[in-house]
Amino acid sequence: MRMIEPVRVQLLLDSLKERELYVHLEITNGAYTSHHDKSRLVAANFIKNVPIRYTHGSISGSGPYRVGLKLERGGWVFAEGLTHYDEHETDRIVLEGHEQDGKLVVALLLGPEPF
Amino acid sequence: MERILVVLPHPDDECFGLSGTLASHIHDGAEVTYACLTLGQMARNMGSPPFANRITLPEIRTRELEQSCHAIGIQHLKLLGFHDKMIEFEDQALLDGRIREVIDEVQPQIIYTFFPGFAVHPDHDATGAAVVRVVGGMAPGERPLVRAMAFAAGHEQAIGAPDVQVDVKRYIEHKLASVRSHSSQFHMHAAFNSQSDAEEIVSRLGTERFWTYRFA
Repeated sequence: MRMIEPVRVQLLLDSLKERELYVHLEITNGAYTSHHDKSRLVAANFIKNVPIRYTHGSISGSGPYRVGLKLERGGWVFAEGLTHYDEHETDRIVLEGHEQDGKLVVALLLGPEPF
Repeated sequence: MERILVVLPHPDDECFGLSGTLASHIHDGAEVTYACLTLGQMARNMGSPPFANRITLPEIRTRELEQSCHAIGIQHLKLLGFHDKMIEFEDQALLDGRIREVIDEVQPQIIYTFFPGFAVHPDHDATGAAVVRVVGGMAPGERPLVRAMAFAAGHEQAIGAPDVQVDVKRYIEHKLASVRSHSSQFHMHAAFNSQSDAEEIVSRLGTERFWTYRFA
């Protein structure tokens, strides 16, 4: 994976809009968070292989980046903290946010086949 | 010949707490089957610097697990195909049924797993709980021994000291090779490979601890 190039990601977002896609969206701070520090809460969620179709999608910020997708029925998908993308993907979008030590904290995947 | 079954949810769950003990069993002639419930596809570690992503991770972790099994000498690996982080939500009849099938096939004298309630990660606790349910459902005379790993805060106050402590210093190379196999998950500190810290590493990793599960 490479550091996000927003212009490139925007082109990918434009190329997938108005198409029948599947989305994987997750955020996590790690199952060991409260084991290492009792004052903190383990929090995570993911939603996987949900059909989605967006009419507008854009990347914003100066890094780490935010992505928002406006859905055809009025809904939204939002992810913040995105740092890396997979530059080899042409028909899918793979965006992730990694902390300094490389640990994943957020992921947004979009593609025509389930993940 | 001794037959041993390992039931753990994630590729890499074997390496720090169990790999030396397994290498020791195998050295003594045991046949080991490792049933790994998931592919660890929800892990946060992607390598350092990252070389995996959410799409490539399951395949990379499968290869790492195969390498780790090779390093330890484990003869049989079974990937049970459950989804990472979802073990506690899985259809219990399906989960228990798959574990029962593996037990019936392997007919182990000993099963290694996590101690339910004292293994921190919900998948660890749910895996240990499933093994305990399945083995607890067998006739007392037919039950294999269940040796469980525990490391949650306060575990010794709750379940006492481990009754099995295995000195694995002779198998430290197997253990380090197992850890190194999981390169997407563990970034080896440079010191880990240097001779000067070898003594500290051996003392820290040289003992593995287990609690024999007592069925009511």
